Amino acid sequence: MEMSRSSDLAIWTRRLRKVYSGKVAVRNLTLDVPRGEVFGFLGPNGAGKSTSVKMLLGLVFPTSGEAEILGYPAGDVKTRSKVGFLPEHFRFYDWLTPVELLKLHGRLYGMSHARLRERVPVLLDLVGLTPHRDKRLRDFSKGMLQRIGLAQALLNEPELIFLDEPTSGLDPVGRRLVRDIIRAQRDRGATVLLNSHLLGEVEITCDRVAFIKDGEVVEARKLNSDVEQQTTVSIRAGNVTAEVVSGLSRWTSIVRWEGEHLRLTLSSSGVLPEILRYLVAKEVDVYEVTPQRFSLEERFLEIVGHDGGL
Amino acid sequence: MGIWIMAGVTFREAARKKMLWMALAAGGAFLILFGTGLHFQAKDFAAHGMSPVLRREISFAMVTMGLYAVDLLAVLMTILTSIDTLSGEIASGTIQAVATKPVPRWQVLLGKWCGFIGMLTAYIAIMVVGVNAVTYAMAGVTARHIVQGFLLMWMESVVLLSVTFAFATYFSTLTTGVLTLGLHGLAFLGGWIEQFGAITQTERAVRVGVIASVLMPTEALWRRAAFEMQSPLANAMRISPFSTLSVPSMAMVVYAALYLSIALVIAIRRFSQRDL
Repeated sequence: MEMSRSSDLAIWTRRLRKVYSGKVAVRNLTLDVPRGEVFGFLGPNGAGKSTSVKMLLGLVFPTSGEAEILGYPAGDVKTRSKVGFLPEHFRFYDWLTPVELLKLHGRLYGMSHARLRERVPVLLDLVGLTPHRDKRLRDFSKGMLQRIGLAQALLNEPELIFLDEPTSGLDPVGRRLVRDIIRAQRDRGATVLLNSHLLGEVEITCDRVAFIKDGEVVEARKLNSDVEQQTTVSIRAGNVTAEVVSGLSRWTSIVRWEGEHLRLTLSSSGVLPEILRYLVAKEVDVYEVTPQRFSLEERFLEIVGHDGGL
Repeated sequence: MGIWIMAGVTFREAARKKMLWMALAAGGAFLILFGTGLHFQAKDFAAHGMSPVLRREISFAMVTMGLYAVDLLAVLMTILTSIDTLSGEIASGTIQAVATKPVPRWQVLLGKWCGFIGMLTAYIAIMVVGVNAVTYAMAGVTARHIVQGFLLMWMESVVLLSVTFAFATYFSTLTTGVLTLGLHGLAFLGGWIEQFGAITQTERAVRVGVIASVLMPTEALWRRAAFEMQSPLANAMRISPFSTLSVPSMAMVVYAALYLSIALVIAIRRFSQRDL
């Protein structure tokens, strides 16, 4: 289905492809990311996530295909003032202090001195670096560099933010901080594209995810809402007959009877009490009813294979 | 605007390189050595009652020698401080945070170039003034056309910087260094072949030198600078080891200007079109 380019899309790509000296990095990237969405890009190492982001930012030129960012061709210089980017391993001249670094990047964004005077302390505070404001970057840990990189990506209050593995090098406190920042950006109305292989991270923060493998989106799905729409329930039970199992088809077509467990996929959890009454009436011994959450990790492993990322 | 921001940060980055301070220290050490040598020489001249004309000429030769050392330091410093700025930042990914800002890539590159020019101008000016000040203090002479000489030496550095930038948009830091130094080495060798060719009046040897200068005009610029700076007598008598038996013409200077412009355009084009 070919969607038309639209100004309410933050990211629009069609058949983006990148080949590096004969090696395909991104095979076929077709993507629509609406404005205001937190979009997770999932895939094993080497799947083409970073190359895709770099193409969208205009750092890498696609071999073929089209891409638009906020309604303009990817890499358009003027659009960049509305975009923030945290590279995978953020680093910069190590003799700068965090304040100097933010001021420099702010000036590159074309921000006025007055606005920078106001923004820099706010951002330092946001990423928890105010106590280190006079240190040089050379004395920064990996996590601190990541934090200042994140502040740099938010300087201009961007409409679209690319975060490439933002939590690499961060401790649990730092990860929590990144999550909170992403949420705050969404509440502000910004679009966030999050590149990550940390599934838990993505599961908590993203509205939608795309699984990318061998440079191709193999599946895109909404998170959270799927759980409400469709529930898988595992029921540990005894005395289950074939007749009981076939009787369940009234509520669901997906029933599996494995050992002691009945696995049902329901269109809504609303029918569960009815099913339980039915089972009890049929004299089934019910020991345990466990709703199964959609597991990003399981899906990830199914898609990329258990040896993926090696 | 982007150019000046990048020029400013590059100047500060270059000024922080240990290389620069070592080159300045080496320059300072050289000036002390040079001054001491001149001092004893002046004493000896007085003791031996050498003719003032010869004394003057030898002092002139000393100035040229001093400036030759400055030229050598400037060449090395130009290449060594700048080889890493593009290829290194591309390799490490440092450039990514800059290249995604609303500043066109040509401004990023030109800004870096200007930053280095600023640093090199200051370095060469300090050293040229230093050498002349020392010889003036010790022997009462300075180079003849200091400004022209300075500008030609400066231009030599600008050519090297532009070539380094052009190579750096294609190759790694190490390859860039090897290629730029290699080209300069070629020009240097070609220059000497040309000199010997002129002494022995071997036209083909002179042609080899000219070809080398076309490939890389840096050494030709130095020889023109030496010609401008040393005494007319030395130039006429061809007695100094730095004398220019075959003086590069002004056409060569114009060619060098064209050469560096083309190198810069190549650097900008390639940097604007390559993946980062």
